Amino acid sequence: MADTAAPANGFALAETIDRFRRSSEFVVIPVLALIASGLLFSIFLLLVGKSPVEFFSLVWRGGFGTAFSWQNTLVRASPLILTALCVAIPARLGMTVIGGEGALVLGGFAAAAIAIPMTSWASPFVVMPVMFLAAAIAGAFWIGAVGWLRHYRGINETISSLLLFYIAVSILNFFVEGALRDPSDPNKPSTAPIGAENMIGPIPGTSVHWGLAAGIVACILVWILMNRTTFGFAARVTGGNVRAAQGQGLPVGRLVVISCALAGACAGLAGYFEVAAIHGKANASLIAGYGFTGILVSFLARHNPLAIVPVAILLGGIAASGGLVQRRMDLPDATVLVLQGLMFVVLLVSETMYGRLAIFKPKGA
Amino acid sequence: MSATAAALAEPPVSPLGAKKAIGLETIGMTKIFGSMVALGDVSIKVKPGSFHALLGENGAGKSTLVKCIMGFYQPTRGSVLIDGRETEISNPKVARDVGIGMVYQHFTLVPSLTATENLVIARADVPSVIDWKKEKKSLDALFDRMPFRVPLDVPVSSLAAGEKQKLEILKQLYLDQRFLILDEPTSVLTPGEADEILGLLKTMTDAGDLTILMISHKFREVTAFADEFSVLRKGEYMGGGVTANVSVAEMSRMMIGDMKLRERAARKTFEKQPVVLDLAGICAEDDEGLPAVDAVNLKIRAGEIVGIAGVSGNGQSELIETLTGQRDLTSGRFFVKDQPYEPSREKMAKFKVFGLPEEPLKNACVRRMTVAENLAFRSFDQPPISKRRGFLSPGPMRAKAKELIAAYRVKTPGPDEPIENLSGGNVQRAVLARELSTQVEVLIVANPCFGLDFASIAEIRSQIMDQRNGGAAVLLVSEDLDEILELSDRVAVMSEGRIDYVAPIGETDRATIGQAMAGHH
Repeated sequence: MADTAAPANGFALAETIDRFRRSSEFVVIPVLALIASGLLFSIFLLLVGKSPVEFFSLVWRGGFGTAFSWQNTLVRASPLILTALCVAIPARLGMTVIGGEGALVLGGFAAAAIAIPMTSWASPFVVMPVMFLAAAIAGAFWIGAVGWLRHYRGINETISSLLLFYIAVSILNFFVEGALRDPSDPNKPSTAPIGAENMIGPIPGTSVHWGLAAGIVACILVWILMNRTTFGFAARVTGGNVRAAQGQGLPVGRLVVISCALAGACAGLAGYFEVAAIHGKANASLIAGYGFTGILVSFLARHNPLAIVPVAILLGGIAASGGLVQRRMDLPDATVLVLQGLMFVVLLVSETMYGRLAIFKPKGA
Repeated sequence: MSATAAALAEPPVSPLGAKKAIGLETIGMTKIFGSMVALGDVSIKVKPGSFHALLGENGAGKSTLVKCIMGFYQPTRGSVLIDGRETEISNPKVARDVGIGMVYQHFTLVPSLTATENLVIARADVPSVIDWKKEKKSLDALFDRMPFRVPLDVPVSSLAAGEKQKLEILKQLYLDQRFLILDEPTSVLTPGEADEILGLLKTMTDAGDLTILMISHKFREVTAFADEFSVLRKGEYMGGGVTANVSVAEMSRMMIGDMKLRERAARKTFEKQPVVLDLAGICAEDDEGLPAVDAVNLKIRAGEIVGIAGVSGNGQSELIETLTGQRDLTSGRFFVKDQPYEPSREKMAKFKVFGLPEEPLKNACVRRMTVAENLAFRSFDQPPISKRRGFLSPGPMRAKAKELIAAYRVKTPGPDEPIENLSGGNVQRAVLARELSTQVEVLIVANPCFGLDFASIAEIRSQIMDQRNGGAAVLLVSEDLDEILELSDRVAVMSEGRIDYVAPIGETDRATIGQAMAGHH
């Protein structure tokens, strides 16, 4: 314990060092987990007769080596940021929501479905915000329902959000193969295009769309919400100990549903940007696994909204290099999924290390 | 002594067979965890056929000593002698093989299985195919020779607490353990059940069939049943001897040393005070959806402590949970000062309702949040911490925390320490600071002293008394009858979800309360 009789400066310094020691744990352990999963993956590569050195240098080149690869990486990172928030916000309430992909699919579909009848008469200044809101509301409703089921009906949120993902996919398929199918597109069942004028362009000077900026802003807003508002404080109390929250009279049910709805809105927006910035219509391309990779991002970031951005960029880069790895090393596209899977498993194992390593303990405590 | 006398008078015929009680001795037992000496050079001697009490405060090293004997821990130094021979107990299986068994404070039986099934699966040599008929027969034969028995064919979950505790003991005897360690065995029993079981065990030790080492802090049980005792304090042996030769005051001095306990606040007398908290026909269900609280009516006045006594599991915790918002009512209403009350944040603040739950780290804190944050649970949504609606300032939160930490002498490295790193007494003090530092009109208290040392207990009890003297209406639920008798103005007894006995403290006694606890009134 710090000696209270010590000079005020010394006390403050010791306090700062102790705080630094403790917070460094949250950086060092995930980084070590990443390195360990890289080593394990190298063993896997050696077993299939490939060079790990070549692999990682290709990942570097394909993800981060050039301006072009950076842009490719950032385009992939932006939906990951938003879907990771769909995991991180409920995690603060102690919930593990894994169905962000469903909210993304439904958000993207809702955005397209509401835009198509409006294209003929409304200006893009009306259509674009309406699409944005429709996607957020659809996602909020989808994951909000998960929170409601959890609190008022005791249904496990992990299972229900996963099952709701399958329902979301079925809803999308039902409409794009039926009522909303664009007959002029013979290749892939899709909705009609939303029209070029309603597409949201890239950030000037880049080929990266605005979803990245939206994701970063969303992360900052969520951080402020969780750390600087009474709502966030109440949510953290609820997530840390429901009994304590109830004992303080906190409205647990409302906190759960609102947080889940916010989470769903983020994933729904990821769907909006996929439609309005990339595909221009809703079809099965929305189901690209961003929602599931978002789970990995959020866990790697320890559900800290500010850490989500760099982690999403890292994983976006790995995904972006998939094509290059496939072409140069004659490895299947799924190879990077093996790496992602290994990362997730090692990361979950590393969760058990918190508080066990003496080096992070404050001195004398 | 009586055992030897009996042995001389007639050759002992043990109902349990030829095996005899085991004697056990520890020599210089020392256990060091990191830099902390949990047990320092403890030597105690438990004679065969004796009933030996092990006394000490929480954290005195009793469980560490017992765990070293049982082989859960390896002592840093020291050894165990069994019947005079040095024996290395490297793991709990060895302890079991040499005949040392342990009965824990909480039940370890499988609730959905019957007594027979529980006993048979506890054996080390369970056959792959069990001949239940044969097993039942041999159990029946064994039970005929035992001083007490329990129903063999009903699921354990339907047995009363006293019967379960008997079954725990029978299990050890069935496994032919002749040295039993009992860890606060009576905390789940009524005084009557406790006396019955301890009395029966005493007859077995007197007959030389069994040796008992009982961890306890109930002096009444120790003086009534134990032949000898040993006292630990801060990991060291403080003394011991023959129970009959030492006064309770002397034992208690050995346990707590010359430490000064906080003087108990005097009870202020009040004239007729208004009813503040009114429980009207409260009903609630337990986690399985079975009725747990059955039409409880209770009125508590300002400046009054009403203590609810009862054996644990008779609906007390469910009742408290309805008041603190952790459980829904199935019917009934609360009133505070004649106005309807439900445990929402607004009403808690309006009527100044506060609570001290049992095991505060589990029920009133968030482990991973800091001390400052935990101290702010009541005030985070009010100025100065929340100046603008909805926003929160960490600065005033830490400032307020530093103030409370100093005022309530919470020992912590700083306000940013996660609260889980504090000791039990300091977590309790932090919760006291949070709940009692502003004006209190209603205070709901549940087993406030569970797991604390004497100094903390004295501190908390006088804080509760201070609140009463300040005019708060206090509802106290406790499994510790002594605590109820010490603090309450009126005693209510809860049995099977009902409160059918309420009496002013001056018009009742331990025996009457004990009967009401068992459901007779």
